[in-house]
Amino acid sequence: MESFTPIASLFGGVLIGLAASILLLFHGRVAGIAGILGETLRGDGTRGEGVFRAAFLVGLIAAGIALRLLYPAAFAGAGSSSAASIGLVAIAGLLVGYGTRLGSGCTSGHGVCGISRMSKRSIAATMTFIAAGGVTIFVIRHVIGVGR
Amino acid sequence: MTTLKTDSRTVLIAVLTAAAAGVLFGIGLGISGMGRPTKVLAFLDVSGAWDPSLAFVMAGAIGVHSLAVVAAKRRERTALGGVFHWPKPAAVDRALLVGAAVFGVGWGLGGFCPGPALLGAASGNATSIVFVAAMTAGMTARHVSARRAAAAGTS
Repeated sequence: MESFTPIASLFGGVLIGLAASILLLFHGRVAGIAGILGETLRGDGTRGEGVFRAAFLVGLIAAGIALRLLYPAAFAGAGSSSAASIGLVAIAGLLVGYGTRLGSGCTSGHGVCGISRMSKRSIAATMTFIAAGGVTIFVIRHVIGVGR
Repeated sequence: MTTLKTDSRTVLIAVLTAAAAGVLFGIGLGISGMGRPTKVLAFLDVSGAWDPSLAFVMAGAIGVHSLAVVAAKRRERTALGGVFHWPKPAAVDRALLVGAAVFGVGWGLGGFCPGPALLGAASGNATSIVFVAAMTAGMTARHVSARRAAAAGTS
């Protein structure tokens, strides 16, 4: 059972929005994590783009280390996601990786940046991935009946 | 690239602002609850004990960022003198919807999306590390298939 955290979630969202705004106003870039990571893996683009992506990813990784030290509750339960089995986690990762690159974005690129631009593509993508995620967890928990 | 000034001061500001954005993004994810897959799944599972918190994450992020979009649209150049790389306008097509659906199924299976997964992996969480390894493999699989399709002359 998860408790409703409107204030913390809204405040965290504001910080995410500020981060995306820094990338837009200073770099003219969309803060899509799948895009930034994917383009880094692919190694395309200019040297400047590579430096920008690497600096952003280093910052994100530093935040992960800092949260572990200062606010480990940020990851509470991350080791026991409903489905638990490591094989299922790997399948989930494959689908998220392939899907975000095929669909040109993830929760941040489409869900935050794209919707902020009122992009029709991003609105369609966000509705699609939330619906697909909802159907998936519905089937797992209420049809198959595991992970409750 | 266009006339982005590349004196050392501009490069330093560029690196620092990008890194600061990464830190802020990560701290925001951590505070918001996005780093906890069980909380993400509690949002997606509307017919269970529904936790609407993640809608507040999106509201906060979109509320702030849409103001930045308005400001950016009024400008020709970024604060560092570069150009805005707005995504090219395109139609809602099959790749977009199929990709989003595949991503959504993966998201609903594990409760991880790319940002929180990277953050969790950086924190040393073993499940997140496995997820990120598989996610990079999935991304690479798409890059390879896209390159093959391009070489074959189709999209």
